Amino acid sequence: MFTAAVVAILVTMGLALSRALMGPTVFDRILSLNMVGTKTTLLIAALGFLAERPEFLDIAIVYALINFIGSIAVLKFIKYRDLSASGDVQNGRA
Amino acid sequence: MAELFATALLLDIGSWTLILLGGFFSIVGGIGLIRLPDFYSRLHAAGIADTLGAALIISGMVLQTHGDGVTIRLLLIGSFIFLTSPTSTHALARAALATGMPHWRRSVDDGIDIESANRDDLTASSIGDSPNTSADV
Repeated sequence: MFTAAVVAILVTMGLALSRALMGPTVFDRILSLNMVGTKTTLLIAALGFLAERPEFLDIAIVYALINFIGSIAVLKFIKYRDLSASGDVQNGRA
Repeated sequence: MAELFATALLLDIGSWTLILLGGFFSIVGGIGLIRLPDFYSRLHAAGIADTLGAALIISGMVLQTHGDGVTIRLLLIGSFIFLTSPTSTHALARAALATGMPHWRRSVDDGIDIESANRDDLTASSIGDSPNTSADV
């Protein structure tokens, strides 16, 4: 059962990765990488069930947190070219 | 004893159904990510794979746990994905709109103009009604 889940997740990751390689714009690539990150979280969880090592789930939690922060950081960098920007678009540098 | 077996069988069937459904939606989302014509429609495909697929697969896994810390961790992962994935999709769509990413040529105009998205005040008033449909023109 978990093998089926792993196979489906891996197929999806392959499709998303090929879109990330093809992607005409940078937003397509970010979208695909975000999806790959979500699928990696699921993959770690499913592998934990397959190996019967429930501590993998903690790693999956950490991966989910890092994935969200990472995609927001990349988006902010693309929008402002500066990770410490205040986000004040009207008065500023966007 | 027989009841225990029946319960385990029911849980297995439920898990199989949920995981297969989740895998199906996830693969469909992946195919959509490849096949759909422009960025905004690809957002939709990624949204299906990220929320529906992930939630179904995690629910299938939850049925195999025994109500201990593992269950809590799985539910934590599921709720976190369910919160963050739409958030980052929204941020992506907004950033793409503000950059002026073109729509597909057969897209229908929804009244959101790119200039107002650039002004960082994309609120309900600018989304709601396009100038053509307001009654007092």
